[in-house]
Amino acid sequence: MTPALSAGNTMATEIETPRPALDAEKYRNDFPALHQIHPDGHPVIFLDSAASAQKPHCVIDTVSRCYSEYYANADRGVYYFGSRVDDEIRKSREQVRHLIGANSAHEIIFTSGTTMSINVVARGWGQKFLNAGDEILLNVMEHHANLVPWQMIAQQTGAVLKYLPLTGDGRLDLEQLPGLLTEKTKLMAVTGMSNVLGTMPDLERIVSECHRNDTLVLVDGAQSVPHAPADVARLGIDFLAFSGHKIYGPSGVGVLYGREKLLDQMDPVIGGGHMIDQVFQDHSTWAELPAKFEAGTLPIAQIIGLGTAVEYVQQIGFEAIGQYEHQLLKKAHAALGELPGLTILGPSLEHKGSIASFTIDKLHPHDVADWLDRRGVAVRAGHHCTMPLHEHLGVHASTRASFAFYNNERDIDALVEALRYTMQKHKLL
Amino acid sequence: LSTDQYEELYEDYILPHFEDPYHKESIDCATCQHSARNPLCGDTVTLQLVIGDNDVIEKAYFSGNGCAISQAGASILCERIEGKTVPELEQFSAEEMLDLLKVPLTATRQRCGLLGFKVLKTMLYSRDEEPSAKE
Repeated sequence: MTPALSAGNTMATEIETPRPALDAEKYRNDFPALHQIHPDGHPVIFLDSAASAQKPHCVIDTVSRCYSEYYANADRGVYYFGSRVDDEIRKSREQVRHLIGANSAHEIIFTSGTTMSINVVARGWGQKFLNAGDEILLNVMEHHANLVPWQMIAQQTGAVLKYLPLTGDGRLDLEQLPGLLTEKTKLMAVTGMSNVLGTMPDLERIVSECHRNDTLVLVDGAQSVPHAPADVARLGIDFLAFSGHKIYGPSGVGVLYGREKLLDQMDPVIGGGHMIDQVFQDHSTWAELPAKFEAGTLPIAQIIGLGTAVEYVQQIGFEAIGQYEHQLLKKAHAALGELPGLTILGPSLEHKGSIASFTIDKLHPHDVADWLDRRGVAVRAGHHCTMPLHEHLGVHASTRASFAFYNNERDIDALVEALRYTMQKHKLL
Repeated sequence: LSTDQYEELYEDYILPHFEDPYHKESIDCATCQHSARNPLCGDTVTLQLVIGDNDVIEKAYFSGNGCAISQAGASILCERIEGKTVPELEQFSAEEMLDLLKVPLTATRQRCGLLGFKVLKTMLYSRDEEPSAKE
């Protein structure tokens, strides 16, 4: 096994090392939703964490305590509740900074989610710095959240979208990267982990090639951060966007990391309270970071809950999580591969995170997901907000099973058994 | 419906319409036709109608691609609307279409089940402006 298989991402799984001590059953007990019974009487088998992850007790308790013990608006109250909220938000910001290895807590902007984070960069940076003819480098496996904002800003500024090709097995063809980087390439927007293929691009190599060309790199970390948070300062990532709800935190909160110098140069995107320094009748001046990008009332309880979620996963440890999830993925690939007519999309195990998307001949993904649901198995079906990727793959839609550290081998058995049943009922087995 | 009852209905009613659909082909002599796509999953349905004197639907054909619910739904729709008049179809409601499908659908899957219905309604409402509108 060569160590370079997934070089550059911190999840670099050394399959041959002994399985780490991750007590999945113990952690599973932390998630009350996983112990519910489906209305049809089956235990719930949750294999859709890539869409949104379940929440542990500690996060639910933090949110509940915020509302019941000390809730107030942030950065406004001089009274006890207000200062307690401010302390908790400061703590969350520091936890997130630590999670992704940023240099300063000022570089952590709380947003509503990955989509908003990317839009803030597209508008706040793009509108100011992109000129007609400048190029933005994308690729077809990006989620719509990392395509549409760039299309919108390209239309406004006259910038041009270019696409880095994929290899046949669904990785980025990085051999072609140097040839695509020109003096006009101002930014490359790339996923940390494809939400369909599971592909984890070599971010270290991408950043190094791009920076040699003075091209900025924005990483969509919605899928990657919950499994392998990028070390932004070490890798030199310029912007990183991710969501709270996929890392076991509340929905409605996300993060934009940006290098301080870049965030300072950018214009705010949303105007209003809290983001100002001074307001006159005809103009305003902007607050310092991070407030400049945090107009209005923040998602207070969600931010505080996110801090708890980050602390929770860091206690478990990303190395252990990565290795455990990889074992699950390996088992899933092997078991799914035995079903006739089933094709797993994307690269081989060593290049991907814990996502298994597949198609089944003569069986539509929506029908698959519908039938699986009736056996208690929750999977995602559709184009997963990646229409250009599905077009590229030549399939209308796919079914996706995604795995978190709270899943276990029984979940995979249940998935495969439900798939067999569905195929039998559709006369395919 | 229990799981067993649902699966029985699905096997006895939806699957036959999916596997051996009614009038799933393209015709050249349509009075009007229209297509729609479910943006969630890329399912497509094209509906073609031959409308005769007195606004009677003489023939209804569909073509498309997608899940069993969307394609069986279009098949059931074509079977049901032949012989009906345009004014009758203008009164035809989404609830009635869902009733025709027999199997209960969640909100997301209702979009599959109602894809053909949506095409029909769009076509009827746009018919006055552009009699042979094609997409």
